[in-house]
Amino acid sequence: MTDAPSLSFENVAVQYAGRTTRALDGVSFVAQPGCITAIVGPNGSGKSTLVRALLRLTPLVSGTIRVGNDALPTLTPRELARRVAVVPQREEPTLPMQVDDFVALGRHVHRAAFGALRVEDRRAIDHALARAGMPAAAQRRTDQLSGGEWQRVRIARSLAQDSPVLVLDEPTSFLDIAHEMAVFELLDELARDGRTVLLVSHQLNLVARFASHMVLLHAGQVAAAGSPLDVMQGALLERVYDWPLVITRDPAVGALSLLPLRRRGGSS
Amino acid sequence: MTGQPRWVVVAGLVALVALSLVAVSVGTMLVEPGDVLRALRGSGDPTTVAIIRDLRAPRVLLAALVGAGLSMSGGALQGTLRNPLAEPYLLGVSGGAAVGAVIATALGVASPTLVTLSAFAGAAAATLLVSVIARIAGGGTDTRLLLMAGVVVGAFSNAAILVALADAPPDRLRGALWWMMGSAADATWSGVARLALVLVVLGGLLVWWARELDVLSMGDESAAALGVDVDRATPRIFLVASWLAAATVAAAGLVGFVGLVVPNIARALGARRHRGMLLVSAIYGAGLVIAADLAARTVRAPAELPLGAVTALIGVPFFLARMRRLSA
Repeated sequence: MTDAPSLSFENVAVQYAGRTTRALDGVSFVAQPGCITAIVGPNGSGKSTLVRALLRLTPLVSGTIRVGNDALPTLTPRELARRVAVVPQREEPTLPMQVDDFVALGRHVHRAAFGALRVEDRRAIDHALARAGMPAAAQRRTDQLSGGEWQRVRIARSLAQDSPVLVLDEPTSFLDIAHEMAVFELLDELARDGRTVLLVSHQLNLVARFASHMVLLHAGQVAAAGSPLDVMQGALLERVYDWPLVITRDPAVGALSLLPLRRRGGSS
Repeated sequence: MTGQPRWVVVAGLVALVALSLVAVSVGTMLVEPGDVLRALRGSGDPTTVAIIRDLRAPRVLLAALVGAGLSMSGGALQGTLRNPLAEPYLLGVSGGAAVGAVIATALGVASPTLVTLSAFAGAAAATLLVSVIARIAGGGTDTRLLLMAGVVVGAFSNAAILVALADAPPDRLRGALWWMMGSAADATWSGVARLALVLVVLGGLLVWWARELDVLSMGDESAAALGVDVDRATPRIFLVASWLAAATVAAAGLVGFVGLVVPNIARALGARRHRGMLLVSAIYGAGLVIAADLAARTVRAPAELPLGAVTALIGVPFFLARMRRLSA
């Protein structure tokens, strides 16, 4: 994986119909290749709107989103999907299918409308399933997976897409500690391969350990951006999340760690 | 990476051929299978030849085409709406098509092609109306609201047909009951040819777009992420599926629940990707409506049951069972 494009948001504003406030208001940041960029922020701060704007499911009031040097409107949906793979936040297997068929949908942009899977498609599917930690799941059905397995199969589908930019919207919700760590380690590997990884997450402590760059959203605006050290500031996070908390440095691994406090009289 | 098991297709085709032969043989006058084949070739007793070639064969073929068209339409609608309970009848699309066709015939249009085109216009109008109602009710993408809006538009369509045809001369116009309950009784070879053409073109388009349907059935965000232009692909598939249903309505009136039942059967038989699911649905849908039409004309012979009543008797319990499984 060489020369992955960066993903840049330039002064992006989004306003949903019937709302008086903007869901995104002048958001700018760049996700660089070779590292993980994390979007954090409270519920309703605009994290998922960012992803919808990238997928062009909601129009921009102003601003530009670029993949490399190309502004979004100049790319066809297929061109965009070949460069950027997205794992959306939620997805229900209402019409269940076999896992390998599901992962094969990641190959959609590489295939003609008709015809069987080619050798390279099958290889990409097997590889994606293995990398997502689900090598034996190919013949299972999507509605028979556990929550964690479903998340990993969805990540596998995005890996099968073979796009240099990877965007994941809360990929570790429903995952236990081991599987969550495995996903973060996988994203770290993918970034080291040279991919551009943009991660939306609520797991500030893990994000602070894995991401090189953090963007803190608050009410549609960038409240802070920079290295984890810049963003993991007690007073700043306390204001944005509207909850008392402390930032400590873990004595064992030296990682920055956020600890929310009990509000009334609780001692632990 | 398998599609549906091969036996599903083979068994379906064998059953379809067998069912067709039985349906052509059985009726007021029972014709032996050997005589049926002879009569189809045009030899044998002239009365038998006339009954088989002019009455029963086109009727059975029309029923098959109606079943195939409705099933493919339902399968495509279920995929785009991500709802296994979607189908043209419950979405009001068929009702809109019937209103379009009724308006054309009431205005004195005699050309069946124009009646079909008018049904297309009615189906498109109903589709638009349903999506507008759903959007006003709070969300154009909430498929439950779409289904509710569809039921309302369907009820309105039935009322409109009743009003329009209240004093229709029975000898000149098909009555309201024919439209609202469906029938394959007036089948002609030209009607069969017309519907076959529509089925090949529109059904072929849906099969061509099947992989897009696979992607769309994942939801808007996933579909966009996987490279499908959601805003264009969804209405395009919706419209073609609606027109396919509209063509069956112009040919045989409102036949409900086929589009609901058959794609679910196809999926239960293992056809989970849309290309295979649509083809399996076409085969089994054809068989189902041939069987329903056979039941309609034999169960209480010489009286004939409305075709749509028979399919509703099959479809409603199925709908309830499927709904229960969804909420479980």
